[in-house]
Amino acid sequence: MQRQRLIEIGVGAFMALGLLALFFLAMQVSNLSAAGSGEGYHLKARFQNIGSLKVRAAVTMAGVPIGRVERIEFDQDSYEALVTLRIESRYDRIPEDTFANIFTAGLLGEQYVGLDPGGSDEYLKDGDTLEHTQSALVLEQIIGQFLFDKAAGGGK
Amino acid sequence: MLDALAHLGRAGIGAIRRLGRGHLLAASMLLGSGEVLRRPGLLVTQLHSVGVLSLVIVGVSGLFVGMVLGLQGYHVLSQFGSAQSLGVVVAASLVRELGPVVAALLFAGRAGSALTAEIGLMKATEQLSGLEMMAVDPIRRILVPRLYAGFLAMPVLAALFSAVGVLGGWFVGVGLLGVDDGAFWSQMQAKIDFHEDVVNGVVKSLVFGFVCTWIALFQGYDAVPTSAGVGRATTRTVVHSSLAVLGLDFVLTALMFGD
Repeated sequence: MQRQRLIEIGVGAFMALGLLALFFLAMQVSNLSAAGSGEGYHLKARFQNIGSLKVRAAVTMAGVPIGRVERIEFDQDSYEALVTLRIESRYDRIPEDTFANIFTAGLLGEQYVGLDPGGSDEYLKDGDTLEHTQSALVLEQIIGQFLFDKAAGGGK
Repeated sequence: MLDALAHLGRAGIGAIRRLGRGHLLAASMLLGSGEVLRRPGLLVTQLHSVGVLSLVIVGVSGLFVGMVLGLQGYHVLSQFGSAQSLGVVVAASLVRELGPVVAALLFAGRAGSALTAEIGLMKATEQLSGLEMMAVDPIRRILVPRLYAGFLAMPVLAALFSAVGVLGGWFVGVGLLGVDDGAFWSQMQAKIDFHEDVVNGVVKSLVFGFVCTWIALFQGYDAVPTSAGVGRATTRTVVHSSLAVLGLDFVLTALMFGD
């Protein structure tokens, strides 16, 4: 009977350790603790070119993550990318004339949406669209432009 | 010539028969699952021998695998000036792949072989027939608790492996090599998704736990009841489980992360 009890205690500790490990993975390793999914309100933004922006990329303001990219669609009528952003609901005072840019974190980093606040007193609400956007910088296009300018300048 | 052909045919028929017997055994074990609820004590005893006794090997291996990942990852990443992403590399490889797979391989070697030897010896010493003589179904009484013990222990072991491995990588990266502590954890949390990565890892280990235990039990139950037969069956358990784990891992990875 004593031995059976020891076994039971061992198994109990084993299961508890496993749950603890899973909890550790959920909270410390993965993003479950950050920005609960589904919470927040949605803003839309149209971009000429989104580069390699991905769903779940960060949306930042002054460098602080305030939301995530929720959906990326292609609008066949305007030939633009329609990006839906989910902003955490505690950040509810984003001016109406806010500027949305697509930036790259570092030279090899991922792309993210950076918001530059405007000066308007009107604030964006759920479902509103950001009017001012700036496309992603595509490195090939910049290099192409640079070479073109160089060639044009050299010809004169 | 004809002899060779007949030999090949015999081997093929034997393999297919074994496959069929294996699936029949799985079916009758699943049908007898109610036994686990009626006698939870049997399950606890098996969880002890399958899970608790595998803790040390899984924990120590996880620690070293994590530490090696930390060293190797740092070496490569620092060439690109992105040593700060070390946490992502260590955690993603552990949670997605190495945790479930290596823990399952260790499980097959440590617990699977022991299960096969135990059941095989029970068969060789006619204990299984003895149970049947007493109108006790050996499948329900002996095999079913072991199957569920393996099924439950495997995800726990894999989660422990991953968690200890991440701590090992953290120890080497942050403690010895001087990666920034905050960047290590924050980049990891930013890139590792709970549903995408952690839950998929747990699903993988559930599948591996079932398959490894099933193979071990079947090899023991199907062993030739001699000492040489039990020995061969034990070897087959480790070989077949390892191959099944690696093959299934590819299939599961393709299904989970393929798109």
